[in-house]
Amino acid sequence: MINKNFFFKGYRSIFTHDSPAIALTCCFIAIGALFKNLGFNIQESIFSTVLTYALPGSLVMAESMLIGASLLNIFLAVWFVNARLYPMAVSLFPLMMHKSQPKWKYYFSCHFIAVSAWLIMKSNYKKIPKEFRIDYWIGIGSATVSVSVIGTFIGFYFSEYMNKDMMIGLAILNPVYFLCMMVGASKTIQVTLSVLLGIILGPIIYLFSPEWSILLAGIIGGTIAYLVGEYNVS
Amino acid sequence: MSANIVYAILVTSFATFLSRFLGALTSQGIKETSKLFKWFNCLAYATLAALIARTIIFPAGVLIESSYYSRSIVVFLSLFVFFLSKKNFVYPTIFSAICMAIINNYI
Repeated sequence: MINKNFFFKGYRSIFTHDSPAIALTCCFIAIGALFKNLGFNIQESIFSTVLTYALPGSLVMAESMLIGASLLNIFLAVWFVNARLYPMAVSLFPLMMHKSQPKWKYYFSCHFIAVSAWLIMKSNYKKIPKEFRIDYWIGIGSATVSVSVIGTFIGFYFSEYMNKDMMIGLAILNPVYFLCMMVGASKTIQVTLSVLLGIILGPIIYLFSPEWSILLAGIIGGTIAYLVGEYNVS
Repeated sequence: MSANIVYAILVTSFATFLSRFLGALTSQGIKETSKLFKWFNCLAYATLAALIARTIIFPAGVLIESSYYSRSIVVFLSLFVFFLSKKNFVYPTIFSAICMAIINNYI
């Protein structure tokens, strides 16, 4: 089944000095407060956090519900916003594949693909034997989901005690944390260029095509960075 | 639970899981040393960077109520704190929340 040692090693990664726990909790506090304002009850809020576990997707669902969008519209909007999870999965799972591990672990644990867990795994996978990386990953995913649930719970019950400025302060925390993590991860030409081009192209393409901006910026920026990196190596 | 909310949550989670599952499924034949893997790695980093930049410049949710300048100031100051603290992730993160709340309240 799951190797307990590596599972708990992954779970404990959330408690390190540079862990995303604080940022993640604060973001889900904001989400919990938003769900309460939308008329969700506590069960629905927790249900949404556990099942979706992706901040931009939850935000899009909340905004779509505010304007009374249909279920099909919600599906398409969330799918577009969360399409980034596809390249994230493809660039992570080959690092964890091992013939001794059952397939169900990979299909089950793909639910944990999210920016924070992905970045933790990307910076730590070399320290873990390949056979047990999937168990370590399930540990990281379980820890980040737990933290998200706690954040949603706090946000739901304490939203009435927080003013607008505090909510805005909590909302900026997540992009700043991820930006720092991305800058910290930029150790090769390909990654550095990918991050730089993504930051530049994302907002520019948004002006012409808001729905496709993230995907297009990712494909164009990522491809240029890949080609430049390969050219440099050769 | 209200039926509409439950349906919306289920549809949202299905739309999110679909990309994750397809990624896990198609990554099976890809080796970590292959060029395809390296290309997807670049795509993932560029896509995430684009998402972060869009969140800061064209935000959704409560961040809409803050000005573009206040967000930019907070991000640059936080990056400064990040490098000053020898690339510690926690200090700039906490700093950004406090700084944003103060700037938004007084400026």
